[in-house]
Amino acid sequence: MLRIEGLTAEVDGKPILKGIDLEVPTGEVHAIMGPNGSGKSTLSYVLAGREGYEVTGGSATLNGVDLLALEPEERAAAGVFLAFQYPVELPGVGNANFLRTALNAIRRGKGEAELDAMQFLKLARARLKELQMSEDMLKRGVNVGFSGGEKKRNEVLQMALLRPSLAILDETDSGLDIDALKIVADGVNALRAPDFAALVITHYQRLLDYIVPDKVHVLMQGRIVQTGGPELAKQLEASGYASVQAAA
Amino acid sequence: MNTVVHSGAEGFLHRFEGLRARLPGQRLAWVQALREAAAAQFRAAGFPTRRVEAWKYTDLRPVSDAAFDEALTILGDGDTLPAPRGERRAVFVDGRFREELSQLDGAGFAVGSLAEQLPRLEGRLGALARPAEEPLVALNSMLFEDGLVVTVPAGVAGGVLELRSLASRSERPAAFHPRHLIRLEAGASLTLIEESTGPEDTRYLHNPVFEIELAEGAVLTHARIQREGVKGFQLGTVYARIESGATYDNFTLNAGARLVRNEIHAVLAGPKSACHMNGAQLLRDGQHADTTTVLDHAAPDCASRQTYKTVLQGKSRGVFQGKIHVHQVAQRTDGYQMNQALLLSPDAEIDSKPQLEIYADDVKCSHGATVGALDADQLFYLRARGIPEAKARSILVEAFLQEAIEGVTDETARAALDSAVAGWWEKEAA
Repeated sequence: MLRIEGLTAEVDGKPILKGIDLEVPTGEVHAIMGPNGSGKSTLSYVLAGREGYEVTGGSATLNGVDLLALEPEERAAAGVFLAFQYPVELPGVGNANFLRTALNAIRRGKGEAELDAMQFLKLARARLKELQMSEDMLKRGVNVGFSGGEKKRNEVLQMALLRPSLAILDETDSGLDIDALKIVADGVNALRAPDFAALVITHYQRLLDYIVPDKVHVLMQGRIVQTGGPELAKQLEASGYASVQAAA
Repeated sequence: MNTVVHSGAEGFLHRFEGLRARLPGQRLAWVQALREAAAAQFRAAGFPTRRVEAWKYTDLRPVSDAAFDEALTILGDGDTLPAPRGERRAVFVDGRFREELSQLDGAGFAVGSLAEQLPRLEGRLGALARPAEEPLVALNSMLFEDGLVVTVPAGVAGGVLELRSLASRSERPAAFHPRHLIRLEAGASLTLIEESTGPEDTRYLHNPVFEIELAEGAVLTHARIQREGVKGFQLGTVYARIESGATYDNFTLNAGARLVRNEIHAVLAGPKSACHMNGAQLLRDGQHADTTTVLDHAAPDCASRQTYKTVLQGKSRGVFQGKIHVHQVAQRTDGYQMNQALLLSPDAEIDSKPQLEIYADDVKCSHGATVGALDADQLFYLRARGIPEAKARSILVEAFLQEAIEGVTDETARAALDSAVAGWWEKEAA
């Protein structure tokens, strides 16, 4: 269970999150929707522990663990996975090596045995197949020369390998065509399990046709102003955020 | 017994007076003449100061202010040697060849000690070195005692030869000035892996000079791994003359020493010859590393590639000076030079001075330089995947070095460099 209470945060001294209260029970997928500048990405970075996002109040726990007290790598070991809106290119770092290093770091954190190169390759191949991705992806530099869709699929591959207990997908749908969107959604849906929760951050309703959320929250001006079922997303699509703003 | 301790140029000249009669080749008139001429040159020039343009960024006072003994007077034992990298290895302790530590049998080419072969080296020793222009080369010419002499006959593939230099642990700082002569005849090839180490608690000066002659179509891979002790100094100068169709492939890793100068003078003397000079400098607090290259494109249709990467920690300082001189005759020259620095500390400093002089009109020549810190976005991306900060940093630094190292295609040389880089990181983590 992800529990966020009264969370406030600022960037460069400017308040962005102004008191977020949110609970995502284990086993559920929640969507956060909102217009540009509402604080969606800030929320994801605050939860993942990015420098420069200063928490000024409130709390965030995952299964009872105080996330805000941890370094980014410790949060990852605690089960947090942030799928980046703009995955970073790492020239000179091989994707296979990167994935194995990350997986073994997480496994070490969980007290599990590390995988050797062969064991890793076997696992990675299985996940690649599930995601309809080419093995070629392992040989390339991390995200180097990847198309927008390939970068997002690489995020989903990492998620499938690291098996987090909380996945935060930050506008994973941006820049994806419909085929890539389906593959990404399938990847997330495949992870759905009683011990997995996801926070799907999106501007558009489209992704939620494929990843059907248990709940939809509307984030505006740093606060959650409305919560509802999947139908809320459709309603927003039809009438826009202005209607919520007027209601709120 | 003389108890006066001299430092600086005077100290070396003083010891030359005392050692003159005991240095190798004292009965050979040409050696005597070479040493005396060098002594006169060194006396006139002294240690270069920062007022000399080529030494603007490297202050030699830590060396010139210190007093040294020549290795001749203190021949110590080497540290324990790690396993050899190839089948053949020449070991030098304080600049002196140590036959009992070396393995040179079955080389299929001539290889041995310069001190022993000196009577047969007239005209070859000093053919490329320019003591009149480089005071440290004059110092070497005045005081050299030994070195490696390699001659690979025409068409012979020489395989891997390791050149190991060790400094001994001594209370009196040693200075040694080996002169290495490498000659590959037409179509010959060799991989020379050179590694220099020394104790961490001893001050010493290693001042090697290489004279490398590559005849038509010869290929030399020269991997230099400098891991001198943290109190050591290495001031090395490489001269290479590359004839038509030949390739000189130099990679220099500077990972040790308090102060190091890696100076290379390469001449592309024949058409369609190639020169690769790549390197990495890994510097910790208090270290100073200077790579200075002078490349002469003196024939048409030649190619040169230079990629140097410097990683700086703490209060360290790196220098790169690279001059490419394209002579009027050198049409269709293809030259590339890149040097990049990664500053891991706000106290580190890098000075970079690329210099192109082009006198031919049909030339493709590019150069570039970048200086930066680790990318915060990349670092966060790795950490968000569970990779601890120290490991994430090392991944990014290795990726930064990759571009320079991947140019080394010889497997043994590559493995030696990879393990030296990894060793540097292990020490970093410790």
